[in-house]
Amino acid sequence: MATVSMTVNGQAVSGEVEGRTLLVQFLRENLNLTGTHVGCDTSQCGACVVHVDGDSMKSCTMLALEAEGADVTTIEGLAKGGEMHPMQKAFQDNHGLQCGFCTPGMVMSAIDLVAKNPNPDEATIREQLEGNICRCTGYHNIVKAVQQAAKGG
Amino acid sequence: MVENGIGASLKRKEDNRFLTGKGNYTDDINRPGQTHVYIVRSPHAHATINSVDISAAKAAPGVVAVYGGQDLIDDAVGGLVCGASVTGKGGEVNKTPPRNVLTIDKARFVGDPIIAVIAETLAQAKDAAELVEIDYTELPSTVSTANSDADGAPQLHEECPNNVALDWELGDKAAVDAAFAAAHKTAKVELINNRMVTNAMEPRAAVGEYNSGTDEITLYVTSQNPHVHRLVMSAFMNIAPEHKFRVVAPDVGGGFGSKIFTYNEEAICAWAAKKINRPVKWTSDRSEGFMSDAHGRDHVSTAEMALDADGKFLGMRVNSKGNMGAYLQLFSVSIPTLFHGFLLAGQYTTPAIYLEMRCVMTNTAPVDAARGAGRPEATYLLERLVDVSAREMGLDPAEIRRRNFIKADQMPYQTPVVQCYDSGDYHASLDKALGMSDYDGFSARQAEAKGRGKLRGIGLSSYIEACGVAPSAAVGSLGVGVGLWESAQVRFNPTGGVTVFTGTHSHGQGHETAFAQLVTDRLGVPVEQVEVVHGDTDKGQFGMGTYGSRSLPVGGVAIVNACDKIIAKGKKIAAHTLEASEDDIEFGEGNFTVAGTDKTMNIAEVAFTAYVPHNYPEGVEPGLDEIAFFDPLNFSFPAGAHVCEVEIDPDTGTLEIVNYTAIDDFGVLVNPMIVEGQVHGGLAHGIGQALLEGCVYDEDSGQLVSGSFMDYCMPRADNLPSFNVDYCPTVPLHNPLGVKGCGEAGAIAAPPAVINAIVNALDIKHLDMPATPEKLWRAAQAAG
Repeated sequence: MATVSMTVNGQAVSGEVEGRTLLVQFLRENLNLTGTHVGCDTSQCGACVVHVDGDSMKSCTMLALEAEGADVTTIEGLAKGGEMHPMQKAFQDNHGLQCGFCTPGMVMSAIDLVAKNPNPDEATIREQLEGNICRCTGYHNIVKAVQQAAKGG
Repeated sequence: MVENGIGASLKRKEDNRFLTGKGNYTDDINRPGQTHVYIVRSPHAHATINSVDISAAKAAPGVVAVYGGQDLIDDAVGGLVCGASVTGKGGEVNKTPPRNVLTIDKARFVGDPIIAVIAETLAQAKDAAELVEIDYTELPSTVSTANSDADGAPQLHEECPNNVALDWELGDKAAVDAAFAAAHKTAKVELINNRMVTNAMEPRAAVGEYNSGTDEITLYVTSQNPHVHRLVMSAFMNIAPEHKFRVVAPDVGGGFGSKIFTYNEEAICAWAAKKINRPVKWTSDRSEGFMSDAHGRDHVSTAEMALDADGKFLGMRVNSKGNMGAYLQLFSVSIPTLFHGFLLAGQYTTPAIYLEMRCVMTNTAPVDAARGAGRPEATYLLERLVDVSAREMGLDPAEIRRRNFIKADQMPYQTPVVQCYDSGDYHASLDKALGMSDYDGFSARQAEAKGRGKLRGIGLSSYIEACGVAPSAAVGSLGVGVGLWESAQVRFNPTGGVTVFTGTHSHGQGHETAFAQLVTDRLGVPVEQVEVVHGDTDKGQFGMGTYGSRSLPVGGVAIVNACDKIIAKGKKIAAHTLEASEDDIEFGEGNFTVAGTDKTMNIAEVAFTAYVPHNYPEGVEPGLDEIAFFDPLNFSFPAGAHVCEVEIDPDTGTLEIVNYTAIDDFGVLVNPMIVEGQVHGGLAHGIGQALLEGCVYDEDSGQLVSGSFMDYCMPRADNLPSFNVDYCPTVPLHNPLGVKGCGEAGAIAAPPAVINAIVNALDIKHLDMPATPEKLWRAAQAAG
C-alpha cells in the first residue's frame, strides 16, 4: 500500500491505495464519491470520465497513484452554491438523460468538449462524444443539451 | 385545466440527483462489515466437471468462504426457475431442464457459474478465484440456432432430446396451405434476427445483508421488479419467506428486459449473507455481463406470403427456430411463441397465418426478453416479407401496405393469431409519415445522390405491438405463471402532501415525474407536493414491475383508480364539513364544492380533517390513504409508421441515415418530452441491431467472440442521426387513461425500416442484420 494525495473538487485528500488501484476506485471507494460510475472494463463506455488538471479523463484508465498531486473534478464538484453548472442544467432542460448512469461521464466529457470547441456543430458534438456510450437516449437530446450549453445556456 | 397535469412536458424530478452525482445505484451501496464475492465461471462452452479443488482458494489471504453448488442444495436452496409453461404440438408443454444456482455436474456455456469465492476485498476474492482448480473434460458444443436440433448435435440436457425444449405451432395450417394453392404469386424470404446483448449501462449488481436479530434478509439488487424478485426467490428458491425478505432496487441504470430475471449471483449474495452473517456484495464486470446477462432475439426464419393478383395477402407461413441458450430463463419460451406469434398479423388483414416455432437449447447464455421481446422479431420478419412481396408484385412498398391494412372502421379487429386489436388508424399513420419524410420526392433525391456516387434508399416499417402486459386470466390460460395486474397506493399526509407507492419500477423512464403528473391531474395537488415511491418491497404494497411497456397502461391506471377512491372518500368528508349532501359535492382542480354555491374545501383541508377527525361523518374511517389494483382488460396496441432513408458509399460500405421519421400512436401522452425520449432510445436500440450489434459465438469452440465493448459494437453518438418524431393517436377501447405504452416501439419499428432502406438502395432482395460496412461493401460490389 502507498499513500496518494491530490485535490478533488477543491479539497485536499489523501488515502492508502494499492499499486493496482484505479483512480475511479479511489474516488468511489476511498472518497465515497459514487457519482463517477464504472460501466465497462475496456475503457470504452466513458461513464467514469472526470477532469484531471482540466482535461477529461476516463478514470478507469488511470492509476490512482498517477494522479498524485493532480487537480481532479468529479460530477459532484460542478454545482456551485446549489446552482447546477450550465451543462447540467442543459441536460435537464433537454431531457438529455434517462437512467442517469452514463450521465456523469457524459456531462464531464461535454463540458470539456465545449471548453475546447466553443461553437461545435452537430457533427462535431457527435464525433467528440464517441467515447461515451448511452443506451437510453439515442443521443438526440444529449446533442441538443450540448448545443444549448455551448450557446451559453 | 390543472397545471403540470397530463400533457405537460414537465422537466424530470429525478434529474437533479442524477445530474449532481447523487443517484443511488446498487453498486453505490456499501454495508458495514461487507464482504465481496467473485464468481468462478466455466471457460468452456460444454464440459463435464470431474472435480473441484477449493483448498488453496480457501487458504488465500482475506478469504471468508468458498462455496459450490452442493452447498446451496444442502441448505435447501432451490434452482433458478422458468415461469413459462407453453403448450406446444401434441399438447406437450415445454421441457424445462433444472438449473442449479452454481452448476455441479456440467458446464453448459462460457460463463456458467461454478464456484463463489467470498473475501474481505474484491481484489482478494479475484486473487483467490485464480487458485480454484477445476478438472474439466471438454465436450463438443453447439451454438447454432439453425443446427442444434440436428441429428448428432451435442446434447445439453437429457430432458431435452435433440436439444428441443418446445415445438410450437399457431394458426390454421390447412387454411394457409389452401391460400398458397390458390395464390397468384408467392413471396419468400429467409432471415436471421441477430442475437443482441442488452447492455444496460449499469452492470448488474447485488448486496445481500442478514439481520440475525430479526432473521430477515435484505437484498439490494439491480431489478426492474423487486417484488417479483422476492416472490421468485421465496417461492421457488427458498431464500427466505416473503415476510422475512426485503428486496430493494434503488436507482436502476437501465434494464431493457435484462434486469427482470432472477440471476444466480443475486441468490448467492442473499443466501451467503445469512450463511456467513455478513453482507455480501457482487458487481458484474462488463465482460461478465456479456457472458451471463440474458441475451435477446436470435431467431432463424423462413417466411412466405401468398398474394392474389391485386397484391392482397391471402396467407402467411412462417417456420422459425428460436435460440433459448443453455437454460430456460424466467420468460424464455414464452417470448418466441406468445409474444412473437401473436403479432404476426401486424397491421394487415391477412386471413390465414400459420407459424411453427422450435425453441432450441444451445451452449450459449440464456436468451429471454429484451426491449420489445418477441415483437421486434415478428415485426422484422413481417415487414421484410411485405417488402419482398411488393418486389415480387412490382408494387410500391407503400401501396402494398395500403391495400392490406386493417381499416380504422374495422376496429376492434380480431386477427387470426389470437390478438384482438382495439384501436388504430394505420392508413393515417402511414400517410403522415410519408408526408413528413417527403416520400414523393425520394426519386429526385436518389438521382441527386447517384450523381455524387452514393446509393440512396428509402424503407418503411408499419409496426404494431402488444403492450400493457397483461390481462391476468388471458396470460394465465396461455401458461404464464403469474398475474400481471398492477397496484398503487395514494397516501395523503396530514399536511397535504401526497406519497404515491407503485409496484412498477423506473429504470430510466421518469416515473417519478410522469406518475406525479397523473396525481396532479386527477387530484389537483401541485406536482411538487407529490412524491412517487418505488423499488422497495418494504415500502410499496406489491407489484409486478416494469417491462412490456406496462408501467403507465397498467400501473398508471392503478394510480388514478386509487385517486378516485380518495375523491370518493373526500366527498363524504367535505359533505359533512360543508353541511351538504354527498350527492351535491363536485370535485375539480383540487376543490370539493357544493354544486351551485361558493362553499368549497380544498383537498388538503379534507386530508387534514381526515387525520384530525374532530368533526367527522359517522361511519367513515379516519385517514386518507387508498390502495387500488388494476388488471387490464386487454393488451394495448401501440402502432405506427416509420420511414428511414439511407445513403451508402459503394466504395467504402459506409452508411449514413440521412432521414429517420417516426409516426407513432401511443394514445394519450402524459409527458410528451419523456415519450419522445423513449422513442429516441428505442430507435437507437433498433438501429443498433440493424447496423452494428451482433452477439457472436464461435461455431467450433463455443467461445463468446463478442465479449466486450471493443468487440460488440454499441451505437455511439456518431453512428446515429437526429430523429423526426410525431404522433397519430387513436383512442384505445380498453384503457381508462387512453394510454398505450411507448418504451419499446422504436426498437420494434426501426430494424425493418433500416434494412428495407438498404435493400432499396442496393436493389437487392435481402441482407441480414447487422448490415456492417463490410457486408454493405460486398453487396454493393456484387450489385455492381
